[in-house]
Amino acid sequence: MLRDITLGQYYKAESPIHRLDPRTKLAATFAYLISLFLFKNPFVYMIAGGVLVCVIIASRVPVRYMLKGMKSVIFILLFTMLMSLFFTKGTVIWSFWKLRITKEGLSQSAYTGLRITMLILGSNILTLTTTPTRLTNALERVMSPLKIFRVPAHEIAMMMSIALRFIPILLEETDRIMKAQLARGADFESGNLFKKVKSLIPVLIPLFVAAFRRANDLAMAMEARCYHGGKGRTQMKPLKYARRDAAAYCLLIMYMALMIVTGLTLKSTPKTEALPAVSTNMISVSSDTLR
Amino acid sequence: MGIIKTNKLKYEYIRRDEDNNVEGITTALDGVSLDIKAGDFIAILGHNGSGKSTLARHINAILFPAEGTVVVDGMDTTDSSKLLDIRRTAGMVFQNPDNQIIGQLVEEDVAFGPENMGVPTEEIWQRVAESLEAVGMTAYREHSPNRLSGGQKQRVSIASVIAMHPKCMIMDEPTAMLDPGGRREVIEAAHKLNKTEGITVVLITHYMDEAAGADKVIVMDKGRIAMEGTPREVFSRVEELKSLRLDVPQSTELAWRLKKRGVDLPDGVLDRRELVEALIRVYKRNK
Repeated sequence: MLRDITLGQYYKAESPIHRLDPRTKLAATFAYLISLFLFKNPFVYMIAGGVLVCVIIASRVPVRYMLKGMKSVIFILLFTMLMSLFFTKGTVIWSFWKLRITKEGLSQSAYTGLRITMLILGSNILTLTTTPTRLTNALERVMSPLKIFRVPAHEIAMMMSIALRFIPILLEETDRIMKAQLARGADFESGNLFKKVKSLIPVLIPLFVAAFRRANDLAMAMEARCYHGGKGRTQMKPLKYARRDAAAYCLLIMYMALMIVTGLTLKSTPKTEALPAVSTNMISVSSDTLR
Repeated sequence: MGIIKTNKLKYEYIRRDEDNNVEGITTALDGVSLDIKAGDFIAILGHNGSGKSTLARHINAILFPAEGTVVVDGMDTTDSSKLLDIRRTAGMVFQNPDNQIIGQLVEEDVAFGPENMGVPTEEIWQRVAESLEAVGMTAYREHSPNRLSGGQKQRVSIASVIAMHPKCMIMDEPTAMLDPGGRREVIEAAHKLNKTEGITVVLITHYMDEAAGADKVIVMDKGRIAMEGTPREVFSRVEELKSLRLDVPQSTELAWRLKKRGVDLPDGVLDRRELVEALIRVYKRNK
């Protein structure tokens, strides 16, 4: 059933991570993503990885579920890893035909792989432990200071939550229209790409017409229930910071401090692409001794 | 004076071509005068295009009269400062259950109206709990609306309206897209609210059997009120209803046909039970 699909892949569980205020989680995720790009250093990555593992365990989301999110990006992950493996200049350790693997390429590839994996797992924790409603709610609150720059924070959040509500309905509608057109002899399977895209037109037009009709109905229903924008609106589930959020922010600051200190003091591998080949070689030797 | 009062209400749909020239005018409402008493259960009948939905949208201040007035609980709908008050007084349930549920959870949808009205958080929770209880949907409060049946979705819509504590509830063909079971659920919920909470209900429908339970029936045709009265009065005028392209409830129709054949039955039989009782009386008399 298309209606059964869950959006935003929320995994229902009772955990300290689930209970955190979505704004805290949003800030933490953002900080974590930045921290991954600050330094390229095995120690920094060890800390980031360790923290990630701790958070995953604390979130009580099964690892299987976590890895499911990785499936869709596995191709990009492998592709970027292979690219950096074969196309980084440096000391050649293995070559075949035109392919060359360099020592720098090896480490670069490992870094890239780690970085992307942690990046995706890190942001997955946010969406796995936060309902879409709370997430949009948090975005509205985070964006609300931007109102002075005339950013319609409430409207954006409202649009997001309406979109989330209607995606399954529109998916089902697409399915229904496709079946109706198939029954009238439409052919979505054969032909080249151009033909296939063209064959979708009889699906898209009714879908758009229906979507506009729905939008019209919904707008009327919202107005009938006194909707008049974000002004003077109260909330059933307002976001409230609790003590655990303060604790989480403290931990976050400690984590960032640790990352920065480690990154600055234990300089093992500098950015390979930024430095000339000779010096890279020299320093990579030292990094080997460190390992 | 009643809670909803319209006076010589007129409304026209104006079709325009691309250059904004008037192509044609359809008069949807043509001099409708109504007076609905607080606490009544009113059914408005009419075939497609009779203007019944247009009338409903005037009561909720979604459409505004071209001529005449609509007064809801003493407030004129054209008074824009009273707009939100009018919409709060006269809640509206629409036809398509999917297109009127805004929240991603049942309870969040019910809370949408009170949130817009600026009700404090604790009171919203209280209102949500009461409203869901009143329509018997408490067990589903944390469900996604997408997984409910049509009848359940419409009951959520009703709960969403009564969470705003309205004095009346306008229902615009709420059962048109439902199966018979769902229809019964929704109509029963409306009757219950009418009786226990004293909410004035205006039910727009083209199902005759739904109108049979109302206090008063109004039949519309071509933007005018064609017939008005208790269900019994209206349904005893079978021929007139048929000329307006409306059907009467099955039992009424059967009684009417039998009567034409010479069986001594009363006028305006409303449901199966009445028909059975009337037939038993005839049978006993002839024995």
